[in-house]
Order: sequence, then C-alpha cells, then structure tokens
Amino acid sequence: MKNRSLVTLAGHSREKIEYLIKMAQEFERHPNRRLLAGKVVATLFFEPSTRTRLSFETAANRLGARVIGFADPKVTSGTKGETLKDTIMMVSSYADVIVMRHYLEGAALYASEVAPVPIMNAGDGANQHPSQTMLDLYTIYQTQGTLDNLNIYMVGDLKYGRTVHSLLMAMRHFNPTFHFIAPDELAMPTVYKRYCEEFGIKYVEHQDFDADTISDADILYMTRVQKERFADLDEYERVKDRYLLKKDMLVKARENMKILHPLPRVNEIEYSIDDTPYAYYFQQAQNGLYARQALICDVLGITLDEVINDSTIM
Amino acid sequence: MNKKEMMVAAIENGTVLDHIPSDRLFDVVSLLHLDKMSNSVTIGYNLKSAVMGTKSIIKIANKYFTDEELNQLSVVAPNISLCIIKDYEIIEKRMVVMPEELVGIVRCPNPKCITNNEPMQTRFKTTSHSSDIIRCSYCNKDVDLKDVCIVE
Repeated sequence: MKNRSLVTLAGHSREKIEYLIKMAQEFERHPNRRLLAGKVVATLFFEPSTRTRLSFETAANRLGARVIGFADPKVTSGTKGETLKDTIMMVSSYADVIVMRHYLEGAALYASEVAPVPIMNAGDGANQHPSQTMLDLYTIYQTQGTLDNLNIYMVGDLKYGRTVHSLLMAMRHFNPTFHFIAPDELAMPTVYKRYCEEFGIKYVEHQDFDADTISDADILYMTRVQKERFADLDEYERVKDRYLLKKDMLVKARENMKILHPLPRVNEIEYSIDDTPYAYYFQQAQNGLYARQALICDVLGITLDEVINDSTIM
Repeated sequence: MNKKEMMVAAIENGTVLDHIPSDRLFDVVSLLHLDKMSNSVTIGYNLKSAVMGTKSIIKIANKYFTDEELNQLSVVAPNISLCIIKDYEIIEKRMVVMPEELVGIVRCPNPKCITNNEPMQTRFKTTSHSSDIIRCSYCNKDVDLKDVCIVE
C-alpha cells in the first residue's frame, strides 16, 4: 500500500491544494459526522503544543474517531531511552493514523518511513508544519475568494518563523507577491529568497512598518518576535515595538485586507484591532479544524466524493 | 616515465586514486575501508602538485571497486581522478561522479536532526542551485561540500 503520510506540503501540486481546500469547505459546511467511526487516531506530542493538539483531536472527534495518545513527553518511554522507531511501531499496532509533534527535525519523515500506518506531521522542530500551512491557505482562499495573484505581507520573525517559510513554499503555484517586513536579525533567510527566485516569485523587503507600507496588502501575516531569538537584548528592546500592528496603521488598508496570525499573540497586534473587519486570526484558528478534518481523511484514503456524498452527516 | 610519477611505485593490477586533497586522504581511506583490507595499499601523502599545491595518491593492488563505492568519494574529493590498471597499463581513466543520493555517508551537522538522535542512516541529495551543496533529506539543512563530515 502506498504510504499516504503527510510530512510536508512542499511537494503538493496546485490541484492537490485546491482539492484539499474543497474538502475543507465540505467540513466547514458539515463538521459533525461519523465518517471515521471505528477508527483510532493517535496523537503523540513529544513536544507540548496545546493549540495544535486540541485542533487535531477535535477534528478526529467530530468525525467520530476515537483518540489515544499523550500530550506530555515526560510520560513516554522516550525518556527511558526508547527510540522513536520503537514508539512508532508500538503505536502503529493500535492506531489507524498517527499525528505526531516532535522536537527533532526530520522526525516526521523518518516516522513515515518506518510506520505501517500514515503519519501526520504536526510540526517537527523548526522544519515543517503542514497542517498550519493548509489552514493558512484555506483562510486566504476563504477571505479572498482565490489564491492567485495576491499581495502577501509577512511581518515579524521571518528567520525562525516556520509558518511563513511553509506558506511561502506552498504559495509558489499561485503567483503571489511577497513583502517581507522584519528587523535585520530576523530577516527572511537567503535560502527562501533563493527559492522565490527559482520559482519566479516576486518579493520586496522592507524595514519600515507603517500605513503606507501595508496599504497594498491583501493578507497581512503577523508573527511573534521572540525575545529568546536575539543575541543582543538591547537590539530586541529597540525593535520589539516597531513590529506591533496598531489600529491607526490600518487607515489606508484595502477593504479586502485580512490580518492573520498563527497565534499565540503576545505583543504583535493591538487588542483594539480585534473588533475591526480586518482581524481574522480567530476565524483562522477555527479553520484549523476543517483543514485538519480534510487532511486526516486524505491520509486515510477518503476521497472528496465520499466526503460530498457522506451519509453519516449529523 | 619521469621521476615525479615514480614517487609512488607503479602497480601491476588494481586501482589508482590521484589528486586527492591531502586533508581528505583519511576520509577516502575510511570510505573505501582500506584500513580493513588485506591487499597491498600504497599511500603517498602531501606530494607536490603543480595544480593543487599538495595532493595525495592511493594505489590499491589487485582491487577493483564498484562505481557506487568510487562515486561516494565525490563528497570529499570531487576532483579525484581514477585509473584502473591491468598489466601496468591504464585501461580506464575517469573522474568520480556525484551520485544523486548519498545514503549513510555524510553526517548531518544539525544537532537537532533526527539522524543524529536515532540509530538510522543519513540521507542527502544534491541540490539544483549549486553542485557544491547537498541537502539533508530529513531536516532539509544545506551542507557545503567543503564542510562535510563523514559518518564514522
């Protein structure tokens, strides 16, 4: 049997992304079903991530699956010296699909090579986080009605921000124009700029973050500037407020512009923005449910037709 | 035959690896497992070279390697030249060719890569943008060939 694991979205075609968006739309329409009745989904979180875990577990529960797993790596045999392979082989004998978050990079690919059941990567170190990317793509499509020809502004930590890297790569099929707004220390790494050049993706780099800079944005993708990323704390103090989105910066914004944020938010978006029509980060988080429902079904071999003609809708 | 070529004795049959950067000699020895071999092996270390400054050369008597064994050397010495010798004659002369995939040869420099934390083989692929850079298939880190470390 072909391994249907989800390790990354980087290799997904335009058609496959559009297919998954259609499937997520079906789940948004009818999120509660018995489509996965009798299935067991394991969630193995070798690194805590409450948000992602709850989203995956809700997705499985609302489709009628049972969920097993652990949320705290301290309770696992990994701490006793068990290899990842042994843990995965053991859980594979219980579950139909394994959702895994791991602190090591490449852990998801390796798990998918050894596991007899599909692996879903819920984040492997600084490497990939495809379900976040899928919900970002779904949210962009939902708010703009298309993924094509959009101006996408990425703000904050573009160096370590795994979500912006994955999104950048997944958008290559859709002729975007990227605008990177970050302090020097956290600028978009050369490898991703090279990636843009390789695929003919237009990008502009900015240091200023003000009403004029973002006036052409369709999507403003905010990320958290984390203190621990700075070698020089004085530098952190200098830049931390420069990448705070304030309400008065939205005066020139396009009507269709939406602000996204992978959350948690700390000091990137003024709370008064929450009530404006531009704020979309909570709906974005909710879309995580539909996107993950689609991804779980896809790795289990359930097709869009089966989701559309599903007789188990509650 | 001039004196320069005589610095390392000729062999009757076997394989000659020339133009090895001296600082990579022991990597080549290790990759071909020459240290565990019973054949006669002649090693010239830090020989003068017009092109390279210094170079090293290895002659292995009565031994022919597979293409796979030889091509893995391109990771540490991409410009190595190979001569296959029969009856003191060079019957084949060629360069090593970088394989598309390198399995279990190169160590990933990323301490947070799964390959440094599980009993497993590493895997690298060549990249499209530069012939001097290979990429870890697991953690996607790029590694410059001049910084490569070999799996022990």
